[in-house]
Amino acid sequence: MNISIEERLGLVSFEVDKERHIKVDTSLCSECDEKTCLYFCPSKRFVLENGKIKHDSEGCIECGTCKFACPKGVVDFNYPRGGYGVYYKYG
Amino acid sequence: MSEKFDVIIVGAGPAGSAAAYSLAKMGFNVLMIERGKYPGAKNVMGGRMYAYALNRLIPEFWKEAPIERKVTREKLTLQGEKASFTLDFMDEELGEPPNSYTILRGKFDQWFAGKAVEAGATLVSSIRVDDLIWENNRITGIVAGTDRIQANVVIAADGAVSLLSEKAGLKKFDVLQFALGIKEIIELPEKTIEERFNLASGEGAAQLFVGHCTKGIPGGGFIYTNKTSLSVGIVVYINSLIEKKIESHELIREFNTDPAVAALIEGGKILEYSAHVIPETSRSELFTDGMLVAGDAGGLIVNNGITLRGIDMAIASGVAAAEAVKKAAQENDFSKQSLSYYEELLKRDFVLQDKETFKKAPEFLQNERLYTLYPEFVCRLFHRLVLVDGPKKRAFDELLEESKGNRIQMFLDMVRGMRSL
Repeated sequence: MNISIEERLGLVSFEVDKERHIKVDTSLCSECDEKTCLYFCPSKRFVLENGKIKHDSEGCIECGTCKFACPKGVVDFNYPRGGYGVYYKYG
Repeated sequence: MSEKFDVIIVGAGPAGSAAAYSLAKMGFNVLMIERGKYPGAKNVMGGRMYAYALNRLIPEFWKEAPIERKVTREKLTLQGEKASFTLDFMDEELGEPPNSYTILRGKFDQWFAGKAVEAGATLVSSIRVDDLIWENNRITGIVAGTDRIQANVVIAADGAVSLLSEKAGLKKFDVLQFALGIKEIIELPEKTIEERFNLASGEGAAQLFVGHCTKGIPGGGFIYTNKTSLSVGIVVYINSLIEKKIESHELIREFNTDPAVAALIEGGKILEYSAHVIPETSRSELFTDGMLVAGDAGGLIVNNGITLRGIDMAIASGVAAAEAVKKAAQENDFSKQSLSYYEELLKRDFVLQDKETFKKAPEFLQNERLYTLYPEFVCRLFHRLVLVDGPKKRAFDELLEESKGNRIQMFLDMVRGMRSL
């Protein structure tokens, strides 16, 4: 039961969309001291690589947190196109 | 699609389906639009629905709806650092008439949307609504890709992150108003679940955890028993999670390893992982010219620390929205003024009455002492009471000893609690 977030995401069903539904203007992230995205995202879509924030919307479970929790407001949140993205079997 | 509908409902969750079902029965031409592959595909909740609201709409719904278990056992576990204290309340009367059911939204929402379709509503899935159509400062339909569909009124039942109420200028998002729920479905044999939770066949338990599991963050853990699985999860206030710099997904991983939890889920297999925000104190204006907002989209949830409710309120608000549309149609007036009847109906019903009764609860429940000092205090006190390692003191003296230095604070918190919960 003690499995990593990567393994957890492997249990979720997705209809992968090539179009990014969440766009993050990471050019402002270097000025952000808090980098709260590293903590709030339950599917760990924000990662720090060589001191830079990188965001990947593939694997996003559409919880909605980044819509309002980014202190710099650089997250442009939308839902995936109809039919795409996560689909829960149990929910 | 260029057809015109009487009503367009965005979102085929409980609020949307309740509205669609009611309106279709009244004879309206209703279009329900769902962005998921099927109703429920995008929907997450802890796992329990209070039966009252749906029973008013579809009497004895449990005879046909895909429910999991009827909850007759309520447990509350206070977690200290090294100990836990569980209150275990078993009540047969909670079963007849049924008070609440555990459900899985993937199945349940499909059934409910199906009821609306049976009643005559049109459902289209896999369509994302991108925008609203405005004419003379009034909402007159929706835009989905290249399609523009007109209606007399739009009902936004698009969930906690309601982009439509934001577009209509009815809602502003603020991180302080939201909690994050993270959940997993753990498969276990039916018999094992009934043995571990002391349940008769078909009956269920709801267990809440307060204390160590959220590491001082206001919130809590939960386990709901389904037929052959458990819904296990954590809910935390997002601002507090961020302040404490704790990775949200680590919380649930550690929750699984807590001794009080580990014993209940042992041998189980995780089938699914999910998460969603909860509009704890987020509100939206509920009506404007040509549009109504229902369910989570309007922030219609009530958490008083004991009963955590959303889906029953969503259903009741969907029904009220349908009633308001009916009246507006009779008067052929879909203005803000006319649709304000919706809010009046919610005030007459439990939805806005309960919001009012428990309006101080969210502030009280964000007091960190509830998640640190008090669970630890209860565990320490019982440790003193049951331990035999020399001369014993009377229980009252142990209480005085254990509460030393915190008594005034405890008294004040108790008074606040009585006023708000």
